[in-house]
Amino acid sequence: MWSWVLHRITGVAIYFFLLVHLLDTALIRVSPEAYNAVIGTYKNPIMGIGELGLVGAILFHALNGLRIILIDFWQLGTKYHRAMFYVVIGVWLVLMIGFTPRHLINVFSEGAV
Amino acid sequence: MSVTIDSPRAPRRTGGVNWEKWGWLYMRVSGALLVVLIFGHLIVNLVVGEGVKAIDFAFVAGKYASPFWMIWDFAMLWLALIHGANGMRTLVNDYAANPTVNKVLKFALAGSTAVLLLLGTLVIFTFDPCPAGASADLLPSFCPVP
Repeated sequence: MWSWVLHRITGVAIYFFLLVHLLDTALIRVSPEAYNAVIGTYKNPIMGIGELGLVGAILFHALNGLRIILIDFWQLGTKYHRAMFYVVIGVWLVLMIGFTPRHLINVFSEGAV
Repeated sequence: MSVTIDSPRAPRRTGGVNWEKWGWLYMRVSGALLVVLIFGHLIVNLVVGEGVKAIDFAFVAGKYASPFWMIWDFAMLWLALIHGANGMRTLVNDYAANPTVNKVLKFALAGSTAVLLLLGTLVIFTFDPCPAGASADLLPSFCPVP
């Protein structure tokens, strides 16, 4: 049940980010100044933490989605659905442990902006 | 002598396209493709280089100078937005019990999806990485200096 709940919550969150992200990226067609102004609002620590949440949500939705595909199409999928959920959590943790420091160093480093 | 009885599990519908089945299949096929497309997108834009701080007009224009990224983002736009809208349709069907609210939400979903697909497609294929009149320090380095 928790995989189902998390799949819905992460799906809705990603969907609303996608709507905003399509509109902000469409500004490249308006002018360089307009796009740089809006992308500039992403370049601060609060949005940096938000991106961490976004990547975490996308990673979970992707990994659990692959698990759903295996449950539906692999003949042993329903037998191992619980084991695969623990694999999803494990792989999610490993990837997040890899991504988080890399991303936070980018967000908090003094450098190009 | 034999007696024929209808199968208790005989499908109620006869003929016509089974849209729910195709929608179900679409979620799985597009989902698998999106795993590749979105992680490629995240790695190139967020992980390599200096991450989100490196993203500006020149960065995006540099990508869209290549048909590879135009096709990549075009595929991502259509697959992801329809995947997301169809997922939201599932939630509307589950939680919006009032028929009027249900219908209004689905119209809003269909309308916003159509508008954003059109907008995004036009942006990708009519984009000029070196727009006339823009100051050169905002443009990618390959743009001719005026």
